[in-house]
Amino acid sequence: MADNTEILTDLALIVEEVAGIDHADVTAEKSFVDDLDIDSLSMVEIAVQAEDKFGVKIPDDQLAELKTVRDAVDYIAKNQ
Amino acid sequence: MIVCPRLPPATPGARLLGMGSQQPDKIVTNDDLARRVDTNDQWIRDRVGIQSRRIAEEGTLLVDMAMEAGTRAIKDAGLTPGELDTIIVATCTMPTTIPNAAAQVAERIGIPAPGAFDVNAACAGFCYALGAAADLVRAGSARRALIIGAEKLSDYLDWDDRSTSIIFGDGAGAVVIDAAPDAESVGIGPVAWGSAGDMAQAIRVLDNGKLHQEGQAVFRWATTKIAPVALRAVELAGLTPADIDVFVPHQANLRIIEAVAKRLRAKGAREDMRVADDIVHSGNTSSASVPLALDHMRADGRLRSGDIVLLVGFGGGLSYAGQVVVCP
Repeated sequence: MADNTEILTDLALIVEEVAGIDHADVTAEKSFVDDLDIDSLSMVEIAVQAEDKFGVKIPDDQLAELKTVRDAVDYIAKNQ
Repeated sequence: MIVCPRLPPATPGARLLGMGSQQPDKIVTNDDLARRVDTNDQWIRDRVGIQSRRIAEEGTLLVDMAMEAGTRAIKDAGLTPGELDTIIVATCTMPTTIPNAAAQVAERIGIPAPGAFDVNAACAGFCYALGAAADLVRAGSARRALIIGAEKLSDYLDWDDRSTSIIFGDGAGAVVIDAAPDAESVGIGPVAWGSAGDMAQAIRVLDNGKLHQEGQAVFRWATTKIAPVALRAVELAGLTPADIDVFVPHQANLRIIEAVAKRLRAKGAREDMRVADDIVHSGNTSSASVPLALDHMRADGRLRSGDIVLLVGFGGGLSYAGQVVVCP
């Protein structure tokens, strides 16, 4: 079980790999779409990798609700 | 036990003999589409990797494109039409269900009275048809077969729907196969196929006759479920991922292609494995995409005689099929 800081660190690395955004820029308050400019297909790729990494399920309808990095970290922490 | 004494003797297996393709002359660029719907070149390149696609003129029939591709494949195989006994056309875009494409295409090419039928497994159709044909040859039911993937998707597109009109294109590709003379020259591996009917609605033709796709759901499915199918095809052929020289997946979306190739490399496929990217200038041509990519890669030197090639088709159904072949 990873804590929220560890989840954020790992999630930022996934975002960097999928979307080419420096992991240091992937901070909790950022919006995936508005701040990080990540498109819907990249969000799916991030979700798929996060599922593998954290052992959670992130279905498409749930994925649409994860607006910010913090939303994603909280969701993963809660569903691990 | 009932014994049928009339069954033909089985052959060692099938091999590819030749290939050919045909595309319409008309090139439709992303800028052309942007004049009709709210989109732009960069958006399309980023999402699907397509720069242009070929679209058939209204008067061009699917069977015309199939005939051209088939004729070229027969010539490439060093055969004449009269030497073939079976033709299978993989298609999901015939204008009507009867007559089928295969018999008409055989007539146009000049193949006399072959076994002729269509296969509809949407974008997986070519790999399904090739798998079925290879087993017909192996069983001795067919000696030389022509397998064509041909689509006129433009008939099924809503040109005001920017989620589908940017993706698809028209075209046809074909291969000729025959029975390998001995076990060493078998060049088509066992097919790994299957379906996911629980997702049948994800890609479908609507009541208005136009194609609809739930892009995000299909993207997730393809990026996660197709690499395992491809790996199963490799295993069934008695090979490892490192043996694959060329990877030719259905040309659905460049990002799906790259995601699947990445997963194969994580399982041991080589970094120098050549990966088909024919979608960039052909668009997604459904069942035609795999044989079109094969023919184009051979033409530009990225596919050479003796190469071990991994094919995998996937799409509407949902359905999927893959096999390993040796380039003739």
